[in-house]
Amino acid sequence: MKVRILVRLKPGVLDPQGRAVHHSLDSLGFEGVEDVRIGRMIEMDVADGTSDETLKKMCEQLLANMVIEDYAIETIEQEPA
Amino acid sequence: MAFRAAVVTFPGSNCDRDMAVAIEAVTGEEALRVWHGDADLPESLDFIALPGGFSYGDYLRSGAMAAKSPILRAVVAAAERGVPVLGVCNGFQVLTESGLLPGALMRNAGQKFVCKTVELEVASTASPFTKGYDAGDVLRIPVAHHDGNYFADEATLDRLEAEDRVAFRYVDNPNGSRRDIAGVLSANGRVLGMMPHPERAIEPAAHSNLGGADGRGIFENLVKSLVSV
Repeated sequence: MKVRILVRLKPGVLDPQGRAVHHSLDSLGFEGVEDVRIGRMIEMDVADGTSDETLKKMCEQLLANMVIEDYAIETIEQEPA
Repeated sequence: MAFRAAVVTFPGSNCDRDMAVAIEAVTGEEALRVWHGDADLPESLDFIALPGGFSYGDYLRSGAMAAKSPILRAVVAAAERGVPVLGVCNGFQVLTESGLLPGALMRNAGQKFVCKTVELEVASTASPFTKGYDAGDVLRIPVAHHDGNYFADEATLDRLEAEDRVAFRYVDNPNGSRRDIAGVLSANGRVLGMMPHPERAIEPAAHSNLGGADGRGIFENLVKSLVSV
């Protein structure tokens, strides 16, 4: 099954990359951008039936740094063959 | 007394040789070089150094992959036995990612790679690395990093200060680190992570344009503290 993990900086943690991108959007003339935060998306092909528990462990032990980041796990529905 | 040090090399480390040269310059003993894939370290080590660089190309997060490498399990086990460990720059990132030190190193607040000599104030003298200093002593040590912005939550920062575990602070914060923190100690004071590069400040005054010699003291303190045990 396909799984998508979104890793994001926790609210309140300064995101210098987001700030730089925000600044660039402003300078390109896009108005009304209130805030930009940059995260990471990880797509994985894992064995069918891999438990949420195992996916959480993957996130907490490696994919996200729990000091500064939060994660969200999304299972992507497969199209029937 | 023979001083037995090990320097770990990860794929992408680039300050490992400087670290080994610094150790030999100060102690007169050649450091053992170990590879990230090695699973064991000798039992009777006096010191382990994790060097600067870009281990595993900074994939995922700086230090994240190295923190899960086979050698790190051996480093963690040695640290738990009380072997002093110094992580410099990427080595500091590896130490936080491995959980040996609290907090995380984030992208510099100014978004730029900083490469210059900075002034560090000695904050804690409660470690084998800083024992020979007086609190408030100022050292000039080079920094060169993109992800050196030390972050921990307020409760952790309060605890680090209460337990005298901030080893060094920047006099003029170059990267946005919380509370100007440049170096952090483990609870027992025997693991030190710092962004500045003491191994690049080893040669005396004649070569002061190469960074000066203020980094020597950190290695000398360590050697002295081991002799006096």
